[in-house]
Amino acid sequence: MIALRAARVRLGGHDVLHDIAFSAAAGEMVALCGPNGSGKSTLLRALAGLLPEGGAPDPRRVAYLPQGARCAWGMTVAEVAALGRIPHGDNDPAPVERALLACGLDGLRGQRVDRISGGQARRAMLARVLATDAQVLLLDEPTADLDPAAAHAIMALLRRIARQGGCVLVVLHALDLALRYADRVVVLQAGRIVADAPPDAVLAAAAAAFGLPWGVDPSPRLLPPGP
Amino acid sequence: MTRWLSLAVAVLFVASLLTGAAGVGVPDPLILWQIRLPRAALALLVGGGLGLSGAVLQGALRNPLADPGLLGIGGCAALGAVVAFYWGLSAVFAPALPLAGLAGAALGCAFLLAFAGRAASGPSLILAGVALSALAAALLALALTLAPNPFALAEVTFWLMGGLEDRTLTHLLLAAGPIVLGCGVLLALGRGLDGLALGEEVAASLGVPVRRTLRLAAAGVALAVGAGAAVAGGIGFVGLVVPHLLRPAMGERPSALLAPSLLGGAALLLAADLLARTAPLLLPLQQEPRLGVLTALLGAPFLVRIARRVAPGGAG
Repeated sequence: MIALRAARVRLGGHDVLHDIAFSAAAGEMVALCGPNGSGKSTLLRALAGLLPEGGAPDPRRVAYLPQGARCAWGMTVAEVAALGRIPHGDNDPAPVERALLACGLDGLRGQRVDRISGGQARRAMLARVLATDAQVLLLDEPTADLDPAAAHAIMALLRRIARQGGCVLVVLHALDLALRYADRVVVLQAGRIVADAPPDAVLAAAAAAFGLPWGVDPSPRLLPPGP
Repeated sequence: MTRWLSLAVAVLFVASLLTGAAGVGVPDPLILWQIRLPRAALALLVGGGLGLSGAVLQGALRNPLADPGLLGIGGCAALGAVVAFYWGLSAVFAPALPLAGLAGAALGCAFLLAFAGRAASGPSLILAGVALSALAAALLALALTLAPNPFALAEVTFWLMGGLEDRTLTHLLLAAGPIVLGCGVLLALGRGLDGLALGEEVAASLGVPVRRTLRLAAAGVALAVGAGAAVAGGIGFVGLVVPHLLRPAMGERPSALLAPSLLGGAALLLAADLLARTAPLLLPLQQEPRLGVLTALLGAPFLVRIARRVAPGGAG
């Protein structure tokens, strides 16, 4: 459903990604993990068509949420979500309403995004992505700034979207969320994909690499059972 | 809101036709057609162009401080006009002044567009505009220091303060085309500006042609503001203040501000010009106050009021 094959992806004069062959299918929820500077966001931007190596944007099919996106103006939550209709050139209220409800923002639709909390503003940005009704969602840290309950709710929502035939790529630093909700975990290191497997396999490999005597239990005990 | 603004513009326009040095009331047809109509219509067009340009630039550059003056187009128009003064062209052939102003604006616009074509991001466009306005100001000062005729200095300084007195149908005909065309270009940019509110990268991912939008914004502003400055001199502040006046009522979505800013700019300049005309009738003044001075006097207190409400870190 979305793919990138590139010998290298350059940014600001040096190679950020090397020998990338990445693809994700419909119905998949993929978590991109790795240390700072490993190339996760660059991979996402290339897939979004924002870098020369990745072709052009495909706005109706692929929606992109950058890290730390913010709105320059004090627009309302509903106005920000409605920006997701720009690719369609319409003002269809139904998908915007659905997105606001899904992100738990129905009580905030008239609030200005610069006067609500960081987590609420982040959810407004996510609602904008969902209002596009795109099949492919490229999300750079959608759960940053969210409280744990909201983060789990958003991850569960994204997983439902994948189950309904969407293709969801999420950059995550919260490994517990990655292990719990993703179908596949892709680990990047220094611009290369060093692991690409289901969560339990990645965890087992990591445990083996560190010589840890862990079994694989992707659901931490304090949390309710995953969906 | 848009309806009220349209009404205000209509009322001010009619009041503008009925008021002047010859007194208040329906004037002689010759005065109406040759003096009052060009003046009122120019106030409407120039003010509308300035207000709309301000709203578009603030949206395109995601900066509440953006103002058409920032891009240096007005400075280039002034430079062109001063060159016409300097060579005495305007004394020989009256329309030479607005024509030279238009030529100056066109040159500045060509420079900006050539620049925007290569490095089209908001901040780089602002920097290029600031460089352009510094260059225009330096050349203007140079022309003034070298002016052969001491009266040229006074005349030019006066002209730079902006005004619409003694403008004729020729001025109106010269300026109307570019201003209307420029406003047409700018009014079509609404959706792209909304997308740009989330940054150039998100806008691109939403399918907004970012470079094209910035280039059209620069071209539209150059046409609307350049032609305005060529006939009316330096009228500042309208483009900066009008969108800020309207945000509390219209919300902050850039596209929702375009048409209201056009009307608001027209209303503000018509009101300022009306005030300029009535001031000598009401006060012991030898001469009309300059229009550029009045717009700043009217606009500054409003802006101070708004500035107090701007949240830290917020755009406005």
